[in-house]
Order: sequence, then structure tokens, then C-alpha cells
Amino acid sequence: MGTTSVDAAESGLAVATAADRPRRRERARRRAAAPRGDGRIALLFLAPALLGFAVFYVYPAIRGAYYSTTDYNLLSPPRGVGMANYTALVHDALFWNALKVTGYYVVLNIVSQTVLALVLAALMFRLTRSVVVRAMLLVPWLVPNVTVGLLFLWLFDADLGLVNHLISAAGLSTHGWFSSTTWAMPTIALTNTWAYTGYTALLLYAGMLQIPGQVYEAAMLDGASELRMFFRLTLPLMRPVLALVLVVSVIGSFQMFDTVAITPTHGGPVNATRVIYYYIYELAFTHFRMGYASAAAMSLVLILGALTLLQMRLLRASRSDLA
Amino acid sequence: MRTRARWTAALIAAVLPLATTACSSGGSGSSNGPVTLTYALWDNNQQPAYQACADAFTAAHPDIHVKITQSAWNQYWQNLTTQMTSGNAPDVFTDHVAYYPQFVKNNQILDITSRVAADKVDLNQYQGGLADLWVKDGKRYGLPKDWDTVAIAYNTGMLKSAHVDPAGLANLTWNPTDGGTFEQLIAKLTVDQKGHNGLDPSFDKNHVKIHGIELIYDDGATGQSTWGNFAVANGFTFLDKNPFGTKYHYSDPALAQTVDWFASLAKKGYAAPYDKASTLGPDAVLNAGRAAMTMTGSWNINTYLGSSATQKFAFAPLPAGPRGRKTFINGLSDAIYTGTKHPDQAWQWVKFLASTSCQDIVASKGVVFPAIKTSSQKALATHQAAGRNVKVFVDEATTPGETFSYPITDHADQITQEVQTDLEGVWLGKSTAADALAKAQKAVDGFMSQP
Repeated sequence: MGTTSVDAAESGLAVATAADRPRRRERARRRAAAPRGDGRIALLFLAPALLGFAVFYVYPAIRGAYYSTTDYNLLSPPRGVGMANYTALVHDALFWNALKVTGYYVVLNIVSQTVLALVLAALMFRLTRSVVVRAMLLVPWLVPNVTVGLLFLWLFDADLGLVNHLISAAGLSTHGWFSSTTWAMPTIALTNTWAYTGYTALLLYAGMLQIPGQVYEAAMLDGASELRMFFRLTLPLMRPVLALVLVVSVIGSFQMFDTVAITPTHGGPVNATRVIYYYIYELAFTHFRMGYASAAAMSLVLILGALTLLQMRLLRASRSDLA
Repeated sequence: MRTRARWTAALIAAVLPLATTACSSGGSGSSNGPVTLTYALWDNNQQPAYQACADAFTAAHPDIHVKITQSAWNQYWQNLTTQMTSGNAPDVFTDHVAYYPQFVKNNQILDITSRVAADKVDLNQYQGGLADLWVKDGKRYGLPKDWDTVAIAYNTGMLKSAHVDPAGLANLTWNPTDGGTFEQLIAKLTVDQKGHNGLDPSFDKNHVKIHGIELIYDDGATGQSTWGNFAVANGFTFLDKNPFGTKYHYSDPALAQTVDWFASLAKKGYAAPYDKASTLGPDAVLNAGRAAMTMTGSWNINTYLGSSATQKFAFAPLPAGPRGRKTFINGLSDAIYTGTKHPDQAWQWVKFLASTSCQDIVASKGVVFPAIKTSSQKALATHQAAGRNVKVFVDEATTPGETFSYPITDHADQITQEVQTDLEGVWLGKSTAADALAKAQKAVDGFMSQP
């Protein structure tokens, strides 16, 4: 899971290319030309997007912030309770558990997904640029998440699943993949890694395409091995794209919901998969505690904001070594 | 991509209530001219039966049409609640005891006490206890539409190959110490990979081919299909008073003994342990021939006796515990939304749904047992005529002292999550029943002390 929207890919590329020296000059020129009146036209073109942003992002966010200070239960009018929801949240063991469990999922998912995607992207970049292969990579991503979840639920069923059948046929001991506290989260993470690796690989591949071919020719003349080129050239030169993909997929990973929602344990066993998004959803739409759910959601916004800032800083995402 | 889609969905969900609360103007409209009522239910198997009722109703009241909407159980309550928030909920909707206290508390269901009295609805025509479930503080919020009880479903072929006489299943006994003849039966039906059954000294509990029983471990805060029935047969009561008690009794040792017995089945190899049990539902396991028996509610009759079953199944009553045989009896009702523009017409429809005119139609479709006693007998006859033997459910419902009501209180949703999570610890062997239930008791007391 955890991936990006198409425009994130574009903006990733934009970061890589905007840093090109000619582009930078062009951008400077454009900035100087702004007073000529492009701004108003730009605004006109931006208006539809801005309207959507205001109606679907800004306004609900403000309402959410307001609800987080009320006892709103969807059915009766909200009453202000000050910071009581936040105080309760600090003492809510399930909230902290949800954050912990989500963190575990993010680590499992992002590490496996990014490593696999990098390998696939590098293979595509250096070995084959076949369109068919690229298209194939996207197939798992095209399957709706709920379908993927249901498929894995059947495959990994503890009693009737194919995976356990094969394992026991090989004489090994089987597991309750979705129903043991140890395996439930890794299984869910694996499910989503399967679904999103191809897509992530494609984004990284697009980032690799930005790297000029001469660099590799020069390296080959110097007798560098493929492995060395990957670690010394490909990886550093695609850093801004990698950073963007990471940021967006970490955020997406934090928001994992559907796979947990369709597993019959619904966040179990013993809260082992009750991730933060599912917990917020339960608070709002199962327990109808909209006010409290909003407080949890606002806390998540803060956490994700801080995390994103940290990642951008650490990876120096706004600067490219290609410049 | 998920990111964007999910944010948008979440935000739309967040925005909806605000955007639409403005239009929630209720009030009674004029009663002249044709009116279309909306009626919500969640079970698609029942939709044809209620469509037939709606047709009959419109034939009798040409000015009132009924439009049925159906959404699956998992979405039903979310849909209903958001519709209420926006003031656009269905005029009449199918209601469940676990959810109605919340709606009453938030003033979303119409009090029909005076209408029931004025129209002289006979409350004694319903299966015992059902009508009283829908009364809070002396006010009535619904009329019963159907009921359900719990029984054992078993694979007839497996009983035969174990040389068990099905007639004997009517007299099974159970106790939490050695499990009684019920545990003997479970053991006898369990078969390991070498063909030894669970009573054989050479039985290998680590390589079981067919489990004697398939348990539903995640069974909420009541264990409606499983432990709840046995705990009550062992002297447990859920509440100090039902409906609308204030104190749950989860820390009662009678319950802990029962839960321990259920957990012991997996340790003995007679049932799949929690972390190796299928999550696809007991019917999938039984159909795959991996278990011989399970316990199930009468709402699943057609799952086991219908055309989709790949094995031959039959039903037997639950075993008798130290306090005799006990089964949940629970039922649904039809409730009128307070925001309806047509309360008078909605009442006409609810009254019709709760009368023999509709319940006999439902009976003739053989899907659920209608709440009215005479209609229930007709449903039984429909099933018998179709070759489905479901008499055990009716016998349990009609034998005095064999049924008890579903516990009804506020905070059911929180209690369900808490108790289920605590019990998962027991099924996984991480906690004893006594410890887990003490924890549940503490948490549930906390919920109940909230407004």
C-alpha cells in the first residue's frame, strides 16, 4: 500500500528536472515576468482545483478541528467540551496501541515495498525497457484493494487456505496467518506490499529515467560493476524522486484501512492489527464518538506533518545532485 | 493513489453531516394524496418476503406506497446513522436490540405507545418476551417482526460413519467440568489423520483431520451463537435487570468456567484453536468437510439446508446444562424514524408489518420465523413442506424456561469490542478466563458509568 497519486509522481519528476540549470534559469525568468498579469490567469486555471481543495480539504479540516473540542455523536447537536477529548486521548491505551501497531505496519510495509520496488526498477532500467513488463507491474495495483484483501484472506486462511495446504504438504507447521497475534500484521503488510510494489517500482523507474546515460557510460569506462553503479550513481542521483515516493508512501501507509476492515478479526486478535485509521473509523462510525474521533484524527495530522518534515529534511528532497 | 481517494472519502464523510443537517426538517405532512414510505432492511434473503408484504399493504391502502432499500449488515448502521444525521433516514427501518438504545437516547425513534393502545394491537400474539424488548422507561419503540434461537448444526454423514444415532442428540447434557455427553460426542466425531477418533487412546491431537466442532471465537460480548447459551445454562446472567440493566456480571465464575471449557476444546484437539481456525465462517469449514458440527442461529437455516450446502446437514437442540437447556431468543422490530414526514402512514405500515397479514406472507416464504406465534407455526409448516427439518428452533422457543433475552443496555458497541478483545486473549492462551473477564468487568463498569 502506501503510494502516491499520479500527480505526486509528476511533482517528483518536476523536482528532479526543475533543478536542471536551464530550467532554473527559466523559472527565474518566469518569476520576474509575474507582474505582467499571468498571475490572474494562473488563478483562473487554479480555481477549480482550489475550490475542490477549499470545499473538500480546508473546510472539513476546520470543522474537524472544531468537532475535536466537542462531544459530537452524529445524532445530537455537538456540545463544547474544551480539551477533554485530547486529555482522554493521552490516557487511551488503545490509541497508543494503534500508533504502535501502525508504526510496525509502516516499517514492515515501507521497507519491503521500497526495497523490492528499487530492485524491480533497477532491473527494468538496466536490463529491459519493455513496455509489456512495465504494464505487467501495474496489474496488482489495478486490482481493487478489497479484492486483493479477500484473495489473500482465502489464500492464507488458517484451515482452508492454499498456502497452509502447501506448507503442510511440505511437512512444515502451518500458521493462522490472519488470526495469530504474531503473524497477522506481517501478513497484512505482505498483502499490501504485493499490491503496491509494482506501482512504486514504476515511479522509481521514472525517476531513474531522469539520470543521463553518459554518467553510466563514463562509469563503465572506468570499469565499475553494475552493483557499484547502482549504489554510487543510480541511488544518489534519484534521491529527490525516492524521497517523494517515500514521503507519499509513508503517509499512505499510515492511512492503511481497507485490508484491516475486511479481515474478520477487525483489528484483532487482541488489537494486534487495530491501526490508527481503523481505530478512528471505529470511534466515529461504530461507536459514533465523532468528537473523540476528530481529536484522534487531528493528532494523526500533527504526527504525519512532523514525520513528513523530518523525511524531507533528512533526504534533502528539494535538492538534486544532478544540478 | 489510495492516499488521495481515502482523504477525499474521509473528508466527504466528515463534510456530509455538516452540509445536510440544515435540511433536517421533520414534522408531519398532510395525509392527503399518495405517499411513498421508505423502508430499510439489511437481509437480502428477506427482501422478497417484505416486498410481497409491501404489495399487499399498498393493495389495502392505495394511497401509501412502500419503497424498500437494502444494505448489508456491515454498512446498514453506518448508513442509517449518517442518514439520520442528514435528516433523511428511511421512514421505517428494521431495528436491532444492540442498536436501538442509542437511537432512543438520541431521540431518533418515534414512541408508539399511544398508537399501540389506540389501535388495540394485541401484544400477546407475539412469541413470549419479544414485545417487551422494545420498551424503555415505559415507552414502546417498536413492534416485533421475527425471532431467532440457537441450535447445533451437524453433518449427517459424519454422524453415521461414527455410528451415532441422531435421535440421541436431543438428550445431550453438558457441564463445564467434563463437558458431559456433549463433549463425548464432540470427541467421537473428531478424527485424526490415522482415522482414530477423539475417544481412542491413540488419538493424535496434533494431526486432526476432522474437528468434532467448529467454534465461532469472535462472538461479541454475548456469545450469542456459542458461549453465551452455555454460560446461562451454567447459572450465569448477563445483567442485573434486562432490558436496561445497569450492571453486567462478566466476572461471574459461572461464565469463566464456561469460557475455560470452550478454550479447552482446542487444547484437546476437538476444535481448531483460535489462531488456526478458518476465518471464512463455520459454514465454509463444514462444507469443506473439515468439521462435523457447529452451533448456529435460526437465521442461518438456509445456509445449512439450502441449495448452497455441499454436505448434508441437520439441526439438533443445544445440550442441557446444569440449569437445563438455555438458548438466546432474540428478535428484530420495525421502528419509525422521528424525522419522518408521514408518521401516520408509517404507523399504518409498522402495524401491518406486525400483523398476521404480513407475517403470514413472510411465513410462506420460509426465511425467518415471524414474531407472531401462529405465523411461526406457518413458517415451520413451510419449511417442513420443503423438506427442511427446523422444528428444534421452534421447540426451543416455545418450551417454557429454555430461552432468555439478549442483554439490552447502552454502550453495546463499546462493550462488544472490549469483551471480544479480552476473550481473544483467552482463546490464544495468553490469559485465563478469570483474568480476562475481570478486566472486561472493569472496562464495562467504566462504560456503564458514562452517560
